[in-house]
Amino acid sequence: MIKRSFFGFTTPRIQYLPMPGQVTTPAPLKRPDNVTLLVPCPAGDVDDKLVQIGDHVKTGQKISLTSAPGAYGIASLSGTLSAIDRFPGEAGREYTAVTITAAATETLDNAFEDRSEPTLENAAAFLACAPGAPSFEPFTEPDKPIHTIIVNGMDQDLLVMTAQYTLAFRMADIQAGIKFLKAVTGVENIVLATPRDAMHGYGEIGASVMTMDATYPSGLPKLIAQKVLGEEIPNGKSFQDMGVCFFTAEAVASIGRAFSDRQIPFEKTITFIDKQGNRSLVSARIGTPIADILKEYQVSLEEKDRIIIGGPMTGHSIFSTQYPVQPFTDAILLQDHGDIALTSDYPCINCGDCVRMCPARIQVNLLVRFLEAGFYEEAAEAYDLSACLECGICSYVCVSKIPIFQYIRLAKHELGRVASEETATEEATDE
Amino acid sequence: MNSQKKLIVSHAPFLHIGSGITERNLHIIYAALPALLLGGLFRFGIPAIGVVCLSVSTAMLWELLMNRAMKRPVSVGDGNAALIGLLLAMLLPATAPWWLVITGTFVAIVIGKQIFGGIGGNAFNPVALSVAILMVSWKDYFDFNGMLMNYDPDFIMAYPLATLKNFGVSGIEQYSIGDFLIGRQSGGIGATFGIGLILGGAYLIMRGFIRWEISIAYLAGVFVTALLFNLVDPTRYADPFFHIFTGYTLIGAFFLATEDSSSPVNFIPMLIYGAAGGLMTILIRNIGAYIDGTVLAILVINLINPLLDKIRPKAMGKVV
Repeated sequence: MIKRSFFGFTTPRIQYLPMPGQVTTPAPLKRPDNVTLLVPCPAGDVDDKLVQIGDHVKTGQKISLTSAPGAYGIASLSGTLSAIDRFPGEAGREYTAVTITAAATETLDNAFEDRSEPTLENAAAFLACAPGAPSFEPFTEPDKPIHTIIVNGMDQDLLVMTAQYTLAFRMADIQAGIKFLKAVTGVENIVLATPRDAMHGYGEIGASVMTMDATYPSGLPKLIAQKVLGEEIPNGKSFQDMGVCFFTAEAVASIGRAFSDRQIPFEKTITFIDKQGNRSLVSARIGTPIADILKEYQVSLEEKDRIIIGGPMTGHSIFSTQYPVQPFTDAILLQDHGDIALTSDYPCINCGDCVRMCPARIQVNLLVRFLEAGFYEEAAEAYDLSACLECGICSYVCVSKIPIFQYIRLAKHELGRVASEETATEEATDE
Repeated sequence: MNSQKKLIVSHAPFLHIGSGITERNLHIIYAALPALLLGGLFRFGIPAIGVVCLSVSTAMLWELLMNRAMKRPVSVGDGNAALIGLLLAMLLPATAPWWLVITGTFVAIVIGKQIFGGIGGNAFNPVALSVAILMVSWKDYFDFNGMLMNYDPDFIMAYPLATLKNFGVSGIEQYSIGDFLIGRQSGGIGATFGIGLILGGAYLIMRGFIRWEISIAYLAGVFVTALLFNLVDPTRYADPFFHIFTGYTLIGAFFLATEDSSSPVNFIPMLIYGAAGGLMTILIRNIGAYIDGTVLAILVINLINPLLDKIRPKAMGKVV
């Protein structure tokens, strides 16, 4: 799709593609036969008293799996709970998959209607699974207060246009969302980050607007936060430490819609990119199996094709078409088996293309040598592993086709695992 | 959650820019061809063809043997061994004996590259290392005046740098830069045709297969150092243009110093690396014992490369 230009003496610039002119509001997909909600809690923790197979749920009903505040899903379909399974997510994350089989008629749940006062408690208790996945966790830490909310109008990856669509067509919802966000969180400083070529003249939206460069990876949260803050975020500091937090444009639109309509939205806007690279928008209920969307587009899937959730640089590929749409699924990208770029086990030849392209100025050529050998601690100490923004450009330009990005993610994951195990042992010995 | 069709699952990113090692090596070979065909094979005839063929084929053979011996995947297909063989042949005299060529490719592939772990692992440029070892071991075979005695073209067949060494600046007045540029000079098979090498280098720079920083800094290093010598004593030291267009300077600047594995990747280190190479070349030529110091200079800068690459920008968010 994006290839090296003939001239190579300057570093290539990877551009975000603007939304094509003919895009209109997507029609919702027809009602699915079943939806699967992925709830972030291990299946072993599910409390039988709260939820059981065979329970009837209404659309918009909150399904709590445990007594923990975050362990819930919002039913996007009226019907019966037909399965509650363990669902291993990527990088060792544990989910519980709750499957709802559709009933003949749609009935709306009104629990949120009674609690639709814009307060932090209500927002956290009901909106975490709304399209865009707004997270209110940063506001629960009193010793690390948030002073700036960044509404991210930049798409997280190339080819994706969900955020661009939201900015162009749902500005009223975003505006309402910003108003409610202020009421809910008490944070007055809200910044809307938009692409440079987005339409302007939003008028009075209650937030200051900041434009970002059209070159990938300027839309990554860390780069946006640094531009907003006007300083580099030191390694090891989280957004929370810096007092900023992120909401995607769609999440803010969801908040706006939820509090004004007194109903939790459940239709997720997704950029669908077919094998030929044609992009279109589709609106699907959260939990809809990807297979339903493929059926809608009449896609014929061949052996060894690839389905990617998210964009081409940072998304993740899935092994089954039954994988559900999640609140943060911005894009679905299909690749034909003939177009798949494979990685190789060739060694680094030290050409330096990755070093020249790295937005975080990491010496990737040196770093990858340590990562290949499994020396993760050395890599973190001396070769700036933690500075990585996870944009994927190094793997994209690698002449040897080394899966550098995968090595980096693996190293970070392993270091995180070792660190958490160490804390666990320390706590155990303390007791 | 099983689908009928098996899908490919892998890690991001799912796009690739489309570059590759084979492509890279092939294009460097293409870029070397003008200088080799027009400057070398055309001028030196059948013996030169023999040296080039033997060099390329034995280089690939050594690579294959080493792959087998070290039980590694066969890497002959990536073109790197062929490129090494080709560049080695370009530095040899057309009449180099067969055993010298085979020894040369052995040193380049086995000692210069494979024992470091193959492509990407070599600390030194395999070709420069090989030529340096051959030059020190059998220096008579690198005496171009002696080796190319039987050629009698319509230009001065005395090796320019040898003339400079033996007769000083007064001896080189008979040469003209124009002759050097169009390949009317004595030297290695592929090192005599100035325009061909410059065009090849320009092509590689334009396509991004080599870095302009290294080549330009190298040539600038040669020029400035030679100019300084020349300004101090024009009767003893040749002018800078003479140095740039003779010996291995151009092939060194575009094809040897720029070798990926043994050269730096950051901007300032690349400039220092190149300039240091140029400086060393002229120091060896003007005050050293050797007639042409290019390969030795390149080995010296290969040696300082890891140190130079420590001059690097601070990573984002790094707290010192």
